[in-house]
Amino acid sequence: MMMDESRRGFIGKAFGAVAAVGGVASLIAMKKTWDPLPSVMSAGFTTVDVSGLEANKLEIAVWRGKPIFILKYTEDMKPTDGRSVKVGDHYYSVMVGLCTHLGCIPGYENDRKMFKCACHGGEYSADGRQTFGPPPRPLDIPPFKIDGVTLVLGEEGPEYKAMMAKAGGA
Amino acid sequence: MAEFKPAGSMYEWFDQRLGIDKFVKVMMTEYWIPKNINFLWAMGVLLTVMFTLLVVSGIFLLMYYKPDINMAFDSVNYTIMQEVAYGWLFRHIHAVGASVVFLIIYIHMFTGIYYGSYKKGREMIWISGMLLFMLFSAEGFSGYMLPWGQMSYWAAYVITEIFGGIPLIGGDLVVWIRGNFYVADATLTRFFMLHVLLIPLAILGAIVFHFYSLRFPHVNNEAGEFFDFDEEAEKYLAGDKKNSKVVPFWPVFLSKDFFVLGFFLLFFFYLVFFHYSFAMDPINFDKADGLKTPAHIYPEWYFLWSYEVLRGWFFEIAGISGKSLGLIAFGFANAIFLVMPWLDRSPMVKPANQRPYFKYWFWLMIADLMVLTEFGKLPPTGPNAWVGFGASLTFLVLFIALPFITKAEAKKVGGK
Ligand code: FES
Repeated sequence: MMMDESRRGFIGKAFGAVAAVGGVASLIAMKKTWDPLPSVMSAGFTTVDVSGLEANKLEIAVWRGKPIFILKYTEDMKPTDGRSVKVGDHYYSVMVGLCTHLGCIPGYENDRKMFKCACHGGEYSADGRQTFGPPPRPLDIPPFKIDGVTLVLGEEGPEYKAMMAKAGGA
Repeated sequence: MAEFKPAGSMYEWFDQRLGIDKFVKVMMTEYWIPKNINFLWAMGVLLTVMFTLLVVSGIFLLMYYKPDINMAFDSVNYTIMQEVAYGWLFRHIHAVGASVVFLIIYIHMFTGIYYGSYKKGREMIWISGMLLFMLFSAEGFSGYMLPWGQMSYWAAYVITEIFGGIPLIGGDLVVWIRGNFYVADATLTRFFMLHVLLIPLAILGAIVFHFYSLRFPHVNNEAGEFFDFDEEAEKYLAGDKKNSKVVPFWPVFLSKDFFVLGFFLLFFFYLVFFHYSFAMDPINFDKADGLKTPAHIYPEWYFLWSYEVLRGWFFEIAGISGKSLGLIAFGFANAIFLVMPWLDRSPMVKPANQRPYFKYWFWLMIADLMVLTEFGKLPPTGPNAWVGFGASLTFLVLFIALPFITKAEAKKVGGK
């Protein structure tokens, strides 16, 4: 009798263990089914030739479905350490054009040289630092690499890494 | 197997195999409902009818809708609205229904709070009801996205973005939920699946559970009176219908419900035929554009109060950013109703107007929700931002104060 009980108990535990392994495995499979597809992941690069841009006129590129602001500085605009990048002879701001508050797309006012988010009145300077309103942090900087006069969005180049190192330290 | 005698009629044949007689008794003719309840208790039946209407109209829309970012907008605004005979009718029933169902849910919910129907043995009814509310919210939101208009797109964008506020995993979680780095085709197709299959299934399950949990403590009544349902039922069955405090669900109680339902459906179809546009935002008749935000984003009216709690916090307090504070408050607002039965520490089950302190709390809460709803729709700038902040704060304070208020009340009334 005793023997039977423990045998039954063992079978129960063994069945439980098999079921648990199967359960975890299917959860992993389900999670991965929801992951972005490989084609989505590999479509993550955009190249922009910045040599032809006009100073103080906002250029909007699209990377991973997000608007990317590229702003060429005029001679009298001061580059900021850690937020401006030099491509060729000019300085630029390269930023994800989504307000860090709730994700609206701010507009650029070239006479005042600043960004204004109409949604809740957030404002950013030309290099993307928040200067007023609810946005909690500066505009994000997308990973980029400089290749001559083109900007490769989606790849982490040395300039980008240097910028991030600075942001991390601040 | 039991031995089956030859059946004398078709009814008997089925009765032998399915126990129809018994079933009808348990579910309808001997399911007891208190006599003294008013029209507010009809909301459950109204909701059941609304849900059915939504499912049926949804099935018809499903035949022509295309869950693909290139076709979705036209399949709704051209095919269903222009080509399909009566397609407009099903769309309007569905859209107005989705809006009105929340109106009825809120009435149902606040009736429960007003009469104390979440207390003493009725906790599971309350919890399953709140679960239903959450599922309906998810259902409403996932459906709102499907027409792929500008407001749909940006609502989906903002709501999925909320998950980005979760520490550490937030960013990856957002990409995972969307299936892309932005709201894209993958997002549309998975929300489509949620809207037409998974969430409705869960809702059906929750409805069954909600009804089941009602069977043990029974329906509350207008006076919050406690009585023995079995005793009252016996009286009724013995023929003393006048003195019995209960009536059977069918046909007596339902006849009253049908009366309310009749009025409700007149109102509902009046909206469907003459005022359907209130349920459709004009911005949603522009096709979704991920590179152009509408000047002002807001959700449908029934989410405005919690949306306002989310964005009411526009400055940082004690080093926590306004955004995080908003998220915390939003989480609080959405979870707090769930624990109502434990926040209310007064054992008395009475309508709010007979409770010395709770009555003030109740109407303050309703007023605050109205302010939140009103300001949730307005642009949050200037003084609006401050009203929004004040109302969000009031909401939190009200719920934090509830246990103390009700405890004091219990002392005052019963001394225990
Ligand atoms: S989204 Fe830009 S200020 Fe709110």
